[in-house]
Amino acid sequence: MSFLEKTRTFASRDKVYDFLMPEPVFDDNLDTRHGPILYLEDISVSFDGFKALNNLNLYINDGEMRCIIGANGAGKTTMMDVITGKTRPDTGSVFFGQRIDLLKMDEPAIARAGIGRKFQKPTVFETLSVYANLELALRTDKRVWPTLFAQLSGPQKEAIDETLLMIGLMEHRHRLAGELSHGQKQWLEIGMLLIQQPKVLLIDEPVAGMTHQEIERTTELLLALEGKHSIVVVEHDMEFVRSIARTVTVLHEGSVLAEGTMASVQNDARVIEVYLGG
Amino acid sequence: MGLSKLLQGDTGGQWLLGILVVLAVGVPICNLWVPETSFFHVSTYVVTLLGKYLAFALLALAVDLVWGYCGILTLGHGAFFALGGYAMGMYLMRQIGDRGVYGNPLLPDFMVFLNWSELPWYWHGFDQFWFAMIMVMLVPGLLAFVFGWLAFRSRVTGVYLSIITQAMTYALYLAFFRNEMGFGGNNGLTDFKDLLGFSLQSDLTRIILFMFSIAALISGYLACRYIVSSKLGRVIVALRDAENRTRFIGYRVELFKLWVFVFSAILAGIAGALYVPQVGIINPGEFAPLNSIELVIWVAVGGRFSLYGAILGAVLVNFGKTFFTAALPEVWLFALGGLFVLVTLFLPYGIVGLLRRKKAVSS
Repeated sequence: MSFLEKTRTFASRDKVYDFLMPEPVFDDNLDTRHGPILYLEDISVSFDGFKALNNLNLYINDGEMRCIIGANGAGKTTMMDVITGKTRPDTGSVFFGQRIDLLKMDEPAIARAGIGRKFQKPTVFETLSVYANLELALRTDKRVWPTLFAQLSGPQKEAIDETLLMIGLMEHRHRLAGELSHGQKQWLEIGMLLIQQPKVLLIDEPVAGMTHQEIERTTELLLALEGKHSIVVVEHDMEFVRSIARTVTVLHEGSVLAEGTMASVQNDARVIEVYLGG
Repeated sequence: MGLSKLLQGDTGGQWLLGILVVLAVGVPICNLWVPETSFFHVSTYVVTLLGKYLAFALLALAVDLVWGYCGILTLGHGAFFALGGYAMGMYLMRQIGDRGVYGNPLLPDFMVFLNWSELPWYWHGFDQFWFAMIMVMLVPGLLAFVFGWLAFRSRVTGVYLSIITQAMTYALYLAFFRNEMGFGGNNGLTDFKDLLGFSLQSDLTRIILFMFSIAALISGYLACRYIVSSKLGRVIVALRDAENRTRFIGYRVELFKLWVFVFSAILAGIAGALYVPQVGIINPGEFAPLNSIELVIWVAVGGRFSLYGAILGAVLVNFGKTFFTAALPEVWLFALGGLFVLVTLFLPYGIVGLLRRKKAVSS
């Protein structure tokens, strides 16, 4: 690049440098004026030559409930890893609202900014009580020294009780999380996300391994959250997807194959070919 | 948080503190005022031995905090203990003054022997007690900080972390053996005369050191108890069991590990500083990897994830060591190895775990 070109690029009027950007503002000032709360653009991730994500473009609207389906290896979990900071993409950009660049933040910072993630396998702190699990997840100062001297305040206790009621574990609050059933652990983990008051919830296979009653209960729980949070659910269980989804995105080989209502997606010829198999 | 609240529901801890207070009162009386012919007389040898056990107990507490609670299997905690010990040893060396064999008022004997003409820069200030006490905590703390910062930030965990902690103590072991390091080479630091003007040979000084060891153990126990019953204590248990989950609910896991690791290293340094004046020597042998592994065995035997368990383990194993190395020296290492195998196979939570299980069965 010649010197002149370099100068032109540097002085270019339409370029906005990072240091000129206002500090990212969290909470209520998250800028979602244009609709989407999550912008994933041109994301590519490859592991040893295998393209887990291939120019993925995905927009999640504020307050929407989105289901993502796709065969094994379609890139669903990798996509979640990219959003939550666990995996850095080779190319592309991920923005939270219009201003917050998630690629510049690590996992705890992303979690604090308001993106909660539920893992595929229920992951709770098994040697701690249900109550302590929620206490740790609580939205509060999570630096080391404040944590050492932290005491629960009145409103915080209320928030924990409220969440316990919502996930139906009130009478189990003093039990160790490790003693809970599979379904109860899943709910506890969802509760741990909710108590952080996230803007976006990423939920990986919430009903895998659940009984029928548990699935119904989970469906109710998620539907009750609709509108309050933007929710992205990755799921294999089509029955369950049908019962909660407004918009469905189908991933295939690392990019979006189809997007729309459940009915339109199910009738899409390409989707039938690669995923639903007729 | 008051003392009673801190020890609420901690029966083992209440017992422990009770025993320590009894020892703090009883041992000095039985040593200084009960005549030597009496059955109840406690010899100065025993006082020193108990003092040594107390220093080891504090060290075990430090290991338990990082291993039992935070899940970092450290095989290098002996290094922090030895560094604290060396800092204390350097102060004691400077106290010898011109009473050494060579009578040099400034240089310790081994430096004169090596034909050194002046004190190395890092020996300055150690003639001041307060400076040495700061170094006792600062040096292990700083090493733990740098080491931990690099290791935890790179997300080194599990066996790999254990191996590099072992490498750390081994590197120091080799370094301190070198005469050029200026820490007395393989002889280490010894021939101490007095501490703050009190002769280390007198019974009274021994008793005072013993009392300080008890005080340090009580404070160490209470501090650890405060930590594990605080929210931070729950965070470290959480990250031990599910590190990713902890990270994804917004905790900077590496900073929490670092904090606990540094705190524990400082505790180990204090234990080392109490150990050295009581046994009268510190040498590079304390850095030996085997020592650090032995610490882990103490904690495993007593019961990891239990603070008083770690103390129980340290005292029991060391008592066994004192007894066996005198009575059946050739058996000791086999006994130690066998103990570790048995505990690992049958008592995952050590003696305390066994007691808890019995209690659970009977109720």
